[in-house]
Amino acid sequence: MRANQWAHEVRASYAFVERNINLIKRYWGWEVVWLSYTIANSLAITYIGAGMERISGQAVDTQFLVMYLLIGTLVWHFLSVIFDIVSETIAWERWEGTIEYTLMAPISRFTHLVGSTLFSLVYGFAHTVIILLAVVLFFRLDLSGANLGGAALVLLAGSMSFIGLGIVAAVLPLLFPERGAQMTHVVQALLLLVSGVYYPVEVLPAWLQVLSRLSPATYVLEGMRAAILDGASFAHLWGETAPLLLLGGVLVPLGVFVFRQAERFAKRTGRLSRDG
Amino acid sequence: MLLLKDHDVALRLVNVSKVFRREKRRSWRRLWPGNGPSLASAVNALDGVTLEVRRHEIFGILGPNGSGKSTLVRVVSTLLLPDAGRAEVFGFDVVREEKAVKRLINRVSVEAAFFKKLSAVENLMFGARLYGLSGTEARARIVAVLRRLGLEEEAAYQPVENLSRGMQQKVAIARAFLTRPILLLLDEPTTGLDPRSRREVQAFVRELRNEHDATIVLTTHDMHEAEQLCDRVAVIDRGRIVALGTPEALKARVASEGLPEPTLEDVFLALTGRHLTDSHHDQEVIA
Repeated sequence: MRANQWAHEVRASYAFVERNINLIKRYWGWEVVWLSYTIANSLAITYIGAGMERISGQAVDTQFLVMYLLIGTLVWHFLSVIFDIVSETIAWERWEGTIEYTLMAPISRFTHLVGSTLFSLVYGFAHTVIILLAVVLFFRLDLSGANLGGAALVLLAGSMSFIGLGIVAAVLPLLFPERGAQMTHVVQALLLLVSGVYYPVEVLPAWLQVLSRLSPATYVLEGMRAAILDGASFAHLWGETAPLLLLGGVLVPLGVFVFRQAERFAKRTGRLSRDG
Repeated sequence: MLLLKDHDVALRLVNVSKVFRREKRRSWRRLWPGNGPSLASAVNALDGVTLEVRRHEIFGILGPNGSGKSTLVRVVSTLLLPDAGRAEVFGFDVVREEKAVKRLINRVSVEAAFFKKLSAVENLMFGARLYGLSGTEARARIVAVLRRLGLEEEAAYQPVENLSRGMQQKVAIARAFLTRPILLLLDEPTTGLDPRSRREVQAFVRELRNEHDATIVLTTHDMHEAEQLCDRVAVIDRGRIVALGTPEALKARVASEGLPEPTLEDVFLALTGRHLTDSHHDQEVIA
């Protein structure tokens, strides 16, 4: 690819980032509500840890349990944001009626999808940091022994896989104009079940534990918990980061491939137009 | 700069066909013995369309709703794959050389589709960046084109949903023009506009052709518009081109059959036996 073509693709990629930032500015009220809801939701989940001693009537390490659940909510929120933004890329444009204009632009589909995912990474990371600060201040949690850099590294490595899964899920609104966006929630629910977001995967039946090894969220959660709860070193975290990079390396190209095939099918059957 | 394969022919369609199939009965009951195969309806949206649009021409495609005009525009826009035939833009095949075609074209549809909460400027900036324009270049072009279309500065920074239908359609035209396409596809761009907005859009279309060396394909069911704007007109009915020529030649053809001073409406009526305002969705049932 020549230098000017690269510049063209980079500018086109930035178009999606800039557009989404502009949309956030216009929907700022919704952003405040969404962030408040997310913080309240995270607090509600972490309070389960705070109340566990009373619930069970037995002594538990409350600080550890609160942190355990907090990491679950943070990871789940981060990955959900990426997944939602990427998979809703198509649904949103369908709703506004702009999908045909975007797909007519002379850019590669990879550029289109990378632009959407770049924004989701920044947005998801900003949200996660705000929630972490809010909950840490609320419970006065001690993070002095945590390897926060390592935790961020694991989170970023995991986000690649979720970008890939999000792209695959974006195919559903492309093929099913009426209910495609809702179908993407099924994928999220399955990941939530098998990945050990709020419990160790060892409590799952054996056959679900097999599936948990295929979910990138499992490795993200294990890595984050090792980094924050145990202060695990970067070298130790390689055990979780390596499978995440491998999954990301497979899922992102697979997502783009599946999307291209779906786009071709939609163009053959006339499903791109607004009325489906 | 992309080198054109064919300088003189902006658009060439050879035997282009497109059929839309929709299953009528999506039930497991059809698997039950005796229920037979499902019925499907098929709409021949384009049926062996062959035509050439010369460079620098304003070419009209005239037909009622459901005649295949928008399908034709979507095929040329790379948004629909034809079932058969070949479509080329300046010599580039719309299927095999999709990206090259995309660089040469842009389209305005009957429905001005935008991110409604964003302003005209924000929407145009998004469109311009998708076509590789830098922020500085895009801003300069946006200001110039919006000024030319008579959009006030205040309106340009309002959410698009606050603009009138006519204003929105002007912004849609500005979006297409920003990328300086050499083939501009206008799919009923003046439908639903008030007379003043319609005249402004029509004047801008003429200007695009005269001052910016653009070739324009315009679909419409407004005979007056076709007559005023188009160098040549193709009359399309049920996905087939039933006549093609200058408005004068088409009218002369009907006049020679005994109708004095015919309009394009008369031409359409004489050729198809129906009025342009009729819409149809003819379907043939196939097993």
